[in-house]
Amino acid sequence: MKALQNLFDSIKPNFEKGGKWEKFYTLYEGHRTIAFAPDLTTKSKGAQIKDATDLKRVMITVVIAMIPALIFGILNIGHQHFLAIGEEVTWIDKALFGLWSVLPILIVSYAIGLGTEFTFCVIRNHPVSEGFLVTGMLIALVMPPHIPLWQVALATVFAVVVGKEVFGGTGMNILNVAMTARAFLYFAYPAQISGDQVWTYMGDQTPVDGFSGATALAVAYNAGIDGVPVSDALASHNASLGADFSFWNMFMGWIPGSIGETSTLMALIGAVILIYTGVASWKIIVSGFGGAYLMGLVMNLFASNEFMAMAPHFHWVMGGLAFGVVFMATDPVSAAQTETGKWIYGFLIGALTVIIRVTNPAYPEGIMLAVLLMNVFAPLIDYYVVKANKTRRLQRATV
Amino acid sequence: MSKNVKLRKGFDINLAGKAAKEMVDFEPAQTFAIKPTDFVGMQRPKVLVNEGDTVKAGTPILFDKAMDQVQYLSPVSGEIIEIKRGEKRKLLEIKILADKEISYENLGKIDLKSTDRSTLVEKLAAGGVWPHIIQRPYGVVANPADEPKAIFISAFDSNPLAPDMGFVLQGEEQYFQAGLDALTKLTSGKVHLNVNGAEQVPSLFANAKGVQINKFSGAHPAGNVGVQIHHLDPINKGDIAWTVSPVGVVQMGKLILEGKYDASKTIAVTGSELTNRGYVKTISGASVSTFVKGNLQSGNIRVISGNVLTGEKISMEGYLGFYHNQITVIPEGDYEEFLGWLMPSTKKLSFHKAIGMLSFLNKGEFKVDTNTHGEERPFVVSGVFEKVLPMDILPTYLFKAIIAEDFDEMEELGLYEIIEEDVALCEFVDPSKNDLQQLVRSGIELLMYS
Repeated sequence: MKALQNLFDSIKPNFEKGGKWEKFYTLYEGHRTIAFAPDLTTKSKGAQIKDATDLKRVMITVVIAMIPALIFGILNIGHQHFLAIGEEVTWIDKALFGLWSVLPILIVSYAIGLGTEFTFCVIRNHPVSEGFLVTGMLIALVMPPHIPLWQVALATVFAVVVGKEVFGGTGMNILNVAMTARAFLYFAYPAQISGDQVWTYMGDQTPVDGFSGATALAVAYNAGIDGVPVSDALASHNASLGADFSFWNMFMGWIPGSIGETSTLMALIGAVILIYTGVASWKIIVSGFGGAYLMGLVMNLFASNEFMAMAPHFHWVMGGLAFGVVFMATDPVSAAQTETGKWIYGFLIGALTVIIRVTNPAYPEGIMLAVLLMNVFAPLIDYYVVKANKTRRLQRATV
Repeated sequence: MSKNVKLRKGFDINLAGKAAKEMVDFEPAQTFAIKPTDFVGMQRPKVLVNEGDTVKAGTPILFDKAMDQVQYLSPVSGEIIEIKRGEKRKLLEIKILADKEISYENLGKIDLKSTDRSTLVEKLAAGGVWPHIIQRPYGVVANPADEPKAIFISAFDSNPLAPDMGFVLQGEEQYFQAGLDALTKLTSGKVHLNVNGAEQVPSLFANAKGVQINKFSGAHPAGNVGVQIHHLDPINKGDIAWTVSPVGVVQMGKLILEGKYDASKTIAVTGSELTNRGYVKTISGASVSTFVKGNLQSGNIRVISGNVLTGEKISMEGYLGFYHNQITVIPEGDYEEFLGWLMPSTKKLSFHKAIGMLSFLNKGEFKVDTNTHGEERPFVVSGVFEKVLPMDILPTYLFKAIIAEDFDEMEELGLYEIIEEDVALCEFVDPSKNDLQQLVRSGIELLMYS
């Protein structure tokens, strides 16, 4: 370790004021503080000791919470691929195949994102922030396996620049950065991120007879139009291949979809890590699931088609609701920041997701828009919570 | 009408280096200093002595031209050896070399029964004990011209390694009561004495008369007087309340009963880097060198006047702050740690449970150094400050209002109710490592001087 420290020390003069790479000091510092927690000490007045947790550790906690979803995603991409082409292969082959399609997306997301971030740090001369550790992973996990890599790169640049850096960097953004990336692709290149063809990695192979690449949400939506009970439609989907949309299959995540979003179980494992470590707000997660369920019930009451009449707990396991509620809605920067506000914010995300899913034909998956919409409304929710606090203080004064 | 308040928010920092409840023989300090910087809100200090002058304990040393009734007196008798100034001639320290035997100015005993309020105020202000009275809002030395709606005394210190007030004030019962009697004359409202509800209340406090005794229990900051005020009789815009520490009350009592400015007090000598820890009787403003030198376990240390949350770094030859009742010596943290942000540890103290932060499994004491464990960042994590501030205040919004210098917001979000010490724990737990105490002071100054 001493050698590494010496290496950093030896190149340091180049980055200091007057050195030839003076402009890149922030990058030097960024790398050094990743290798070594800095030797900064507390100021002479104020708290003389500080908590051992910093933002890097908080962020890495979120990344670790996403790893189960990532690993499952890799497996599932392989699984879905060989299912679609009708080949029986070992799990190792499936995993390798999944890795082959997921890894490039992950690498592009991180490389391009960090590159953009570094560029901004140098131009704006602000420290390299650890926020992208999480964003890079999130962007990869919400992409369909078939996505062209240049689109991943473009979306990442868009999200980092327009979603975050224009507001001043990590901690200042209004919208969730990863969701911004996905929404960008959804509206700019819908062909590659919606429909029935993109959720299973086919390569140049053709699917077996009877295979349909539709997502559970699309199946349910079409069942609503056709007047077929949703549970029947889900159960008969790809039934000949043994890959129907049973509640259990969807809960486990052996269904087509974006890389990391399919498994409710893995999202819940992530939720347990996030809630136990206190990094994410349990209030948002609980009220998010609760909001979806209650809105599902309301839909049942006013059911005018079969999709509306679907049992509400199916909403929990279909699409990206679980992933979105656990990893996207809980992003502390773009979420509501007051404790009361978090209940309302999470609830509305869940409820809005179901409304968008069930009533809007253009967006079978609602979580993306629900999160972005509530990101925009979070400050409004907080505004009223804060106002209530002020009012309490004011009333106390006049009593 | 005494209240019993249980606080559920907060965090006790279980720091290594507690002082045993016994007196330790240290060489007495030889030099003493008055530091005008200790007195928050002092605007234009005017020194009344010159280098080389001899003074008695109780001789006026300086006053604030903005509030000239309040005299700051010499804590000891001896010779003024240095008047130390910093940049722009800012007055930093007035050092006094103490006599072996201290002689006191006769300030005259005060008969509380026959003295009216204004005379009492005058005598306390001239008697050197007035700076113990702190005004809320703002946390500055109280203005003798004001009358507070109530006076609050926190009878326990819940900070890390804090001295036990019952032990420190043993045998001072009559002075304490006399001080309380004086305080009750200063306000038409109540005098609140807030004791630790989780422990046996020392008889000194339990037997106090003429005051309302309230019980507070819970983790730190339950002992912070600001938190207590919030739950008893919160400060609204336009209100003025006063707070006094129990040590200040005793010094008032000594002025009243003995007619002299006796600034002696018992302080706790604490911290993981000291070999000998315990309590020592000394005098306000004492040089700490005799407590620290030759008493160290390691070389690279920081000496703190006060506690680790709100104290001030001083040198090994530095002086005890006017309001401080302890010194703490902890290791300096100026080292790099390989992958320090990633490695799991049970020994690194953390309020959080982020990956690898396993200190919650460790029920023992923690040796904590001054490393910040990370760099300053914008606020990212939400909901953390709220867990360590047991008040109906939205700290994040208040901090942001201060950053934005939004006066209305600062007022409406409750800046009148807090001072630095109330957000000290917020500053400690903040993963973004912001200097929140300094921020709060800058906000208060905006409100005060606008």
